[in-house]
Amino acid sequence: MRQFKGRPVIPGSAKAQALVSHGGFNTLASYQKSLMFGDKKGACSDQNNPDLYGKPMAGAALCLPQTIGSTTGGMVLYTAAALGRQPACLLFAKPIDSLAAAGAILADVWTDASMPTVDGLGDEFLAYVQTGMAITVEPDGTVTVE
Amino acid sequence: METKMTLTSKQRALLSGEKGEAMAKVMETLVRYGETFGAEKMVPVTSDYGHLVTSFGLGVMKPIYGLMDQLIEAGALSGQKFSVDPRPLDKNVPSNALQNLVFKFMYSAQEGYEQQLNKLGLLQEDAFTCACYLPEIGNTPKKGEVLSWAESSAVVYANSVLGARCNRNSGIIELFGSIAGCVPHFGLLTDEGRKATWIIEVKTSKIPEAQVLGSAIGMKVMEDVPYIKGLSKFIGTALNESACAYLKDMGAATASNGAVGLYHVEGLTPEAAELGESLIAQGAKTYVIDDAELARVKAGYPVIWKNKEAQPKLAFIGCPHLSFAQLVDWTQKVEEGLKASGREKVAIPTVFTTAPAVQKEFQKTEYYARLQKTGVVLSYICPLMYMNNPLCGKQPVITCSNKLRTYTSAKYMTNGEIIEAITKGGK
Repeated sequence: MRQFKGRPVIPGSAKAQALVSHGGFNTLASYQKSLMFGDKKGACSDQNNPDLYGKPMAGAALCLPQTIGSTTGGMVLYTAAALGRQPACLLFAKPIDSLAAAGAILADVWTDASMPTVDGLGDEFLAYVQTGMAITVEPDGTVTVE
Repeated sequence: METKMTLTSKQRALLSGEKGEAMAKVMETLVRYGETFGAEKMVPVTSDYGHLVTSFGLGVMKPIYGLMDQLIEAGALSGQKFSVDPRPLDKNVPSNALQNLVFKFMYSAQEGYEQQLNKLGLLQEDAFTCACYLPEIGNTPKKGEVLSWAESSAVVYANSVLGARCNRNSGIIELFGSIAGCVPHFGLLTDEGRKATWIIEVKTSKIPEAQVLGSAIGMKVMEDVPYIKGLSKFIGTALNESACAYLKDMGAATASNGAVGLYHVEGLTPEAAELGESLIAQGAKTYVIDDAELARVKAGYPVIWKNKEAQPKLAFIGCPHLSFAQLVDWTQKVEEGLKASGREKVAIPTVFTTAPAVQKEFQKTEYYARLQKTGVVLSYICPLMYMNNPLCGKQPVITCSNKLRTYTSAKYMTNGEIIEAITKGGK
């Protein structure tokens, strides 16, 4: 078990299994198919992301460096949250990027969905955490990985 | 709401609900967005027009249209007119009856969404293009202007080639900035945020393929600002039509294969020409790009067609939308290719995409008839939206756009390779 401390961008609590993307998370490419075809599990459709491709993102503790790609990213994340298909939490190794921040904040201000978001957890976090590990997020930005 | 940033009395009044709950939530979103990045104030949006990334009325994106309705009902309309990304459908683009049925179902909210855009502040009836900065559209920001735009390829172009100032805003955030008339001051809006933390040394033996060079840079630097050396010897030191077209395509690849919002090209882009290497931050890292590196990057693109050797059924050229000069250039290239192969028409159905306003201008010239003679279709469509359905997604589509490759199952080809394929029928 290890604990990591980051900055709570959207403070909150969550418990979920880790889903780890070592490369940049392309929000549009990842959510495109699941949003379009009503896949409630949110299977990742980003062919360029071998860590996530085909894996369900809804309800997972999404661990990532940052998001990349289209500037629809934030509204895609907002839409996923409004439809209840958002990850349980977003855990960023690096400082959060502008698209992901927009999505997380839009979801928080304009929907009832809970998606605690922590950034700045460090490269060590992403080196340690593996898909399937148990994640606990606390409101102060503490992330426990077991 | 307690804020860390300093707000004017007018901004604070909006935040506290003086103009209703919807406007208060718009301001709350912008303030929290800015504070996440350490913004200490909001600054006025100074460009004439905005640009929105969301152009599609996808039936499944109901939450977006619900939010738009809330804004319209509350009178929280855009303070500036805006252009929007390309429309997702065009009957001129080849599609079969089944595909048309799927499109009708998928984009069932298109008409209603366009009505919402009109109410919110659409610039003109056909202001639908990702390349809104092209002169024919009339949304070309000036150096130093502050924008509230989204669309990654437009933001990176406006920042880099035009010297305007805009963060890589998400869809909805850009509309909120246009509604509130202000955006948080951080990142690419600041002098410090525009400094390069990467030096890119281009050491190729010939002019690099714009889309592959951009892809390599984007994948390496992610969201950082690169200062590119060694490129102006290939594309010159003047921002003429061909240099701008090259930078448009290169930039779109940096933004979609990575998350670049601004790049500087030594001796060429406005800030690099003015400030030179003083734009490079201390401790900047270096990435050397030579022929072998470009080949490595290109070889890494996955081909996800079921049959990887399938005969292509459709070719898309123009993501981002082609400029007028590019349309002329591509028309000539197709003609030359057909002449060399002894064919009269393209061997693979091919679509050139451009802005409606550019399309109108192009149709007035002799080149349009010449293009029609080759069998190439001219369209204002967004190829990315066209590709996003189960039927089109399975088609073996080829493209010279690295953005389209990234977001769809389209296979990437260089400009030369795709000309070869469409004029000679190769794979």
